[in-house]
Amino acid sequence: MHSPALFLALELDGPGAHPAAWTAASGPPDQPVRPGALRAAVRAAETAGYDLITLDDSALPPTGSPEVPARLEAGTRAAFVATTTERIGLAPTLAVTVTEPFHLATQLASLDHASRGRAAWVVAAPADAATLATIGADPLTPAEVQRELADVIAVARDLWDSWEDDAVIKDAATGRYLDPDKVHHVDFRGGRFGVKGPLITPRPPQGQVLVLGADDLGVTDQLDVALIAAADATGVGRRADAARRAGAPLVFAEVEVVLDTEAGPATARLAALDATTPWPGGRRLRHVGSAAALVDLLRTLAEHVDGVRLFPAVHDLDGAELAARVLPGLAAAGLHRPDRAGATLRERLGLPRSPSRFAADHRTDRDLAGAHR
Amino acid sequence: MTGTATTPTSPWYDPNAQVHLGVFYTGVGPQTIWSDPTAAEQMDISTFADLARLLERGLFDAFFLGEGLRVRENRGRVHALDVAGRPDAITVLSALAGATERIGLVATQNATYNQPADLARRLASLDLLSEGRAGWNVVTTDNAWTGENFRHGGWLEHDRRYDRAAQFVDAATELWASWAGAQTAAVQRDTDLVRFTSTATVPGSAQGRPVLFQAGDSAGGRDLAARHADVVFSANTDYAAALAYATDLRARLAGYGRSPDSVRILPGAMLVLGSTPAEARDKAEWVRREHMNPQRAIAFFEQYWGKDLSAYDPDGPLPDIDPVENELDPSRGTLAIDQRTGKLAQIDRWRAQAAEQGLSIRELALSIAGGHRTFVGTPSEIADTWTHFVRTRVVDGFNLVPYLVPTQLQEVVDTLIPELQERGAYRTGYTGTTLREHLDLPAVSRQAPIGRAAATV
Repeated sequence: MHSPALFLALELDGPGAHPAAWTAASGPPDQPVRPGALRAAVRAAETAGYDLITLDDSALPPTGSPEVPARLEAGTRAAFVATTTERIGLAPTLAVTVTEPFHLATQLASLDHASRGRAAWVVAAPADAATLATIGADPLTPAEVQRELADVIAVARDLWDSWEDDAVIKDAATGRYLDPDKVHHVDFRGGRFGVKGPLITPRPPQGQVLVLGADDLGVTDQLDVALIAAADATGVGRRADAARRAGAPLVFAEVEVVLDTEAGPATARLAALDATTPWPGGRRLRHVGSAAALVDLLRTLAEHVDGVRLFPAVHDLDGAELAARVLPGLAAAGLHRPDRAGATLRERLGLPRSPSRFAADHRTDRDLAGAHR
Repeated sequence: MTGTATTPTSPWYDPNAQVHLGVFYTGVGPQTIWSDPTAAEQMDISTFADLARLLERGLFDAFFLGEGLRVRENRGRVHALDVAGRPDAITVLSALAGATERIGLVATQNATYNQPADLARRLASLDLLSEGRAGWNVVTTDNAWTGENFRHGGWLEHDRRYDRAAQFVDAATELWASWAGAQTAAVQRDTDLVRFTSTATVPGSAQGRPVLFQAGDSAGGRDLAARHADVVFSANTDYAAALAYATDLRARLAGYGRSPDSVRILPGAMLVLGSTPAEARDKAEWVRREHMNPQRAIAFFEQYWGKDLSAYDPDGPLPDIDPVENELDPSRGTLAIDQRTGKLAQIDRWRAQAAEQGLSIRELALSIAGGHRTFVGTPSEIADTWTHFVRTRVVDGFNLVPYLVPTQLQEVVDTLIPELQERGAYRTGYTGTTLREHLDLPAVSRQAPIGRAAATV
């Protein structure tokens, strides 16, 4: 069902996952918005052997950086490091409720071109009043959010397929740069919007940009990677099985990490951080302890999931410890393969690349009917 | 070709004026010749990175990307003859920010089909990541055909698009100026055209905020430019038209209390260089005929006839069949409002012209094709002409629209730039690090200290 070796993702936004991470960060308070620091952090993650990084985002100021509540838009951050890295996957968080669906699909396709096939998307659907006020919209009901999320993923996938792989023909004899039969209107009709298409950007190198999302968003059947936030390994196992039954090709567990470091034992460090701002637990699996014990925990998780996304409490400390001890430990134990073959992120994760859904020999009844969900 | 008069007739004559150059890489349309074997691969990130580095070597001010939010069509199908398909400008420029050091990075972005706080944040992010090298070319769209790709559809009438654009730009600049660290206050708008409440999350860059480009030649566009723009990207490259434009713009600037020197005028221009005048003319004719090749000539008239004309000989007479009566639609790209009606009368005028001058389909298309004015000459001739243009201050430089990427621009960097430098009309090294500094624009008011700290990495 799944390989014993885990795929490894690293969440890299801000000074760390702990809301008081800024108090333990070694750089200046504006470190998270320094371009040089971003470049160095992503390069370090690539060198450490991670398969991809994720970059969290929100239209609202970050709450975990009280001195400098700054955060650059995640899509631009991912693009910025596309030309300074070689193989690591780049997964910005983009919100379906804020950004126009057409722009969102264009941006991700363009990230895939800029990174030569390493783009992924962490879907987010914030629907609170403050977030929606940033675009002058009213809050959405849970049912509306669910529909919106499903519609935006669906139209993005349609748009990524709107140019067939061989649409550009450059046929000097007929003067045709492209074959108009291979660039398609998508005629998408969603609950609250429609999109005509095609995309302004040719098909991404991966065909479809990888879509990552939480398993409790109600769109698991539309994801490439379901992200499981459960408090214990048993819960992860149960939810992973359910996500697979719902159609997710890959399932990753979310793991918060506080490690023993030279700055002190994990428990003492966590207590000190919590004394500044408590870090509510119980949502994701959390490891507090040694690097060796984390390797053991991940060995257990490897029986249930295809990969993990790690959330270091403090990047400068826990992130460094992960790179120095945990990733080498996992590789030595055969639990991680930093040398996976493949030109694109999709290939390295072992996911297939399909031809466009609009290609003549690949049409489904839905496409021929021109009918959409 | 305008003469190379050296008499300082302009009231603004400045013997030390410098030519500022950008490249406007539209990425789609007939300008870029794709059929030449030296033409670069359109979507390859290396094409963009190599181009930006080449321009950096040529000490250009900016690399400037176009945008169009719907793929152009011909009678309901995607238009097949021109280069089409391009990346999101901010995404590719953010990638270039990581691959270049000095060149300005200008994104064309639409003020009709974006949300102000969302777009302002992405532009500010590009500006900070590039350490003060971002620009935003503000454009608008007034057709529902493009709107079919967006939530709001064709919601904005022609007359109101500049109202929204002005409010949009005003809101974006307030958001950019509002960053004050932990004391950042929310910016709010509540009109029928712009409505949001947002707190900025991006510190100001080394240049304060992105440089604003504006292209409109209409009265509304000129007014928007005079109120907000740092750079105008007009179409006026004929000397007399450029002088009239500069005069009009400077009067409008005064009306808004802005100094005449607070805006750079950088019209879009085509350029064809040759080692001799004759070679340049021959090359220009080749470019002209590539741009209006036989298939494009047929497609051009198909847009007007509304019918399949592929059976007609491009070297033969105009089609004898009647056109459909519907007026033109905007699906082939931007159409000025005055071109959208009177199609049948236009076709009658063309028939008369073709009959009188004995023109074939292609010859007629060549005679009426518009586009950016082309400067044609040797590097020395062009350097003389451009030096005259900038010293008399009718323009501050040009945004070159390349016909062949990258070889044409290699030629510009290697042969024209040294001629300009020899005349003292072009920098011999970058003296600043930001786009605003390259353009020699007045500084915008600095923001909170933390913003400056963030930009000094």
